[in-house]
Amino acid sequence: MGTMLFFIVLVVLALWIIGAYNRLIALKNQVVNGWKQIDVQLKRRHDLIPNLVNTVKGTMNFERETLEAVISARNKAVNATGIKETAAAEGALSGALTRFFAVAEAYPDLKSNQNVLQLQEELTGTENKIGFARQAYNDVATTYNTVQMQFPTNLVAGLAKAVPADLWEIEDAAERNVPKVDLGFGKSPA
Amino acid sequence: MTGTNLWDQQASNRRKSALLVAGFVLFFAWDGFGGDLAFWLATKDLPPREYHHTIPWLGLLITSLAGGMVWFAWAKGPDRVLWAAGAREVVEPRGLEEQQLVNVGEEMAISARLPKPRIWIVPDPDPNAFATGIDAAHSHIAVTEGLLHALERDELQGVVAHEFAHIRNLDIRLMTLLAAIVGAVALMSDGLGRFFRGGGRISGGGSSRSEGKGGNPLALIVLVLWIITLILAPIVTRLLAMAVSRKREYLADATGAELTRNPGALASALQKLDAHAAPTRAIAKGAAHLCIVDPLERRINDREGALANFLGSHPPISQRITRLNGMAYMFAKKEG
Repeated sequence: MGTMLFFIVLVVLALWIIGAYNRLIALKNQVVNGWKQIDVQLKRRHDLIPNLVNTVKGTMNFERETLEAVISARNKAVNATGIKETAAAEGALSGALTRFFAVAEAYPDLKSNQNVLQLQEELTGTENKIGFARQAYNDVATTYNTVQMQFPTNLVAGLAKAVPADLWEIEDAAERNVPKVDLGFGKSPA
Repeated sequence: MTGTNLWDQQASNRRKSALLVAGFVLFFAWDGFGGDLAFWLATKDLPPREYHHTIPWLGLLITSLAGGMVWFAWAKGPDRVLWAAGAREVVEPRGLEEQQLVNVGEEMAISARLPKPRIWIVPDPDPNAFATGIDAAHSHIAVTEGLLHALERDELQGVVAHEFAHIRNLDIRLMTLLAAIVGAVALMSDGLGRFFRGGGRISGGGSSRSEGKGGNPLALIVLVLWIITLILAPIVTRLLAMAVSRKREYLADATGAELTRNPGALASALQKLDAHAAPTRAIAKGAAHLCIVDPLERRINDREGALANFLGSHPPISQRITRLNGMAYMFAKKEG
C-alpha cells in the first residue's frame, strides 16, 4: 500500500514536471518569435533608409549633417547586438529620422516628390509596426519572466534553461512620442 | 481583463451564430413539414382514390435546401457581401492612399496579433467601412474610396482598428451569416408564398367538393400558422439584423482604441464620417449592419431609448464620439 502511494506521488510529480517544462519551452519560443517579428521590421527600416538618402541627396545638399546623422544612426543600429543595445540604437535612429523629416519640411520639392512621399509612408508604417511588435514582444516576455520566477515553476526553470528575457524599453522621454512621423506631407489638415 | 472579456465576446458570438443557423434551419423545416402536415390533414379523410399526402417531400426538400443555404452562407457569405458592394481587392497597392491602407492593415494585424485580412476597396464616394468573414484566418476589411480621400493616416488607422475589433471578437461571423440569411429568408418567403398560392389552386381543382363538405379544422389552423410564419419571417430577420449590431459598435470602438492607443483619432474619423451625410449607395440594405456607420443614414440611429435600441442598427455617432473622447482623456491622464 505504502509503495503504491509512493508510486502514485512519483507519477503525479513527473507529470507536473513535464507540464511545467513544456509550458516554459512554449513561452520561450513565443519570446523568440516575438523578437523575430520586431527584427523583420527593423531590417526593413534599415533597407529603406539608403533609398531615402539617395532620393533626397540632390535636393537636400545643404543639409549634409542631418543626412549624415541618419546614415550613422542607421549603421549603428545595423551593427547593434542584444536587446538593450538594439533598443538604444533604434531609438536614436527614430530620433534622427524625426529630425530629418522636420528639416525636409522646408523643401517644397520634397513635399511634392512621389518617391519621397512613398518612402515616408513606408517608414511611417514600419515605425508603427515596430511599436506594435515591441508591445507584443514585451507582453510575452513579461509572462515568460513571471512564470519562470514563480514558485513552484521556478524549480523547473533551470531544467528548461530559462533565463529572464530582456524587455524592449523606451529610453528617453522624447522617443515616447516618436511614432508620429507624419508631418502632413500628404494632405493638408482638414 | 480584456482577455476574459474578449473570450466572452467570442463565446457569445459563436453561440449566437449557432442559434441563428439552427433557427434558420428550423424555420425552413417548419415551412416544409408544416405544409406537409396541413396537406396530410387535408387529404387524409378523402376517399381512397383521391390523392393522399403521405410522404413529406415538401419538408425533406425545403429542409435540405436550407442546409444547402447555410453551407453556402458559411462558405461564400463573405464573398457575396463583398460582391454585392462591388468591392475590388487591393493586391498590388496603386498610389499612396492604397499603400497607406495596406500598411495600416499590417500594423493593426501586428497590434491585434491576428493574421492579415484581405483588403478591399469599394468604389463609392461616401466614406464608410466594413469587415466580413467567418473567422480571423478568413477575414476581409473593405473601405470606400471616399473614406480613403477623407481621412488622415491616423484616422484611417482608427477605422481599420475598429474593423479588427469586429474580426477578433467574431462579430464578423454572426454579421455575415445574418446578412446572408436575411437575404435568403426574404427570397424564400417570396418564393414559397408564390409556390403555395399556385399549389393551392392545383389541389383545389380536384378536391374542392370534399373540402366544401367539412374539411378539417386542424388543417386550417396549421395552414394559418404556416402562412403567418411565412409573412413574419422576413420582418423578424430584418429586425434581428438591426437590433444585433448596436452595442457591438461601442465595443468595437473601445477595442479599436486599445489597439491603436489613440482613441482621439477614431473620434475625429467618426466626426468626418458623420459630416458626410450622403448614403453609401454601393452597400446593399442587407449589409447595413456590417458598416462602421449606417450606410442608409437612418434617422432612428440618432436617437436613444428603448425603441431606438431595438430598431436602430448603430448607436448615435455623437454618443460614440463622446465615449472615445472620454477614453482619450483617460489615456492622456495615464501617460501624464
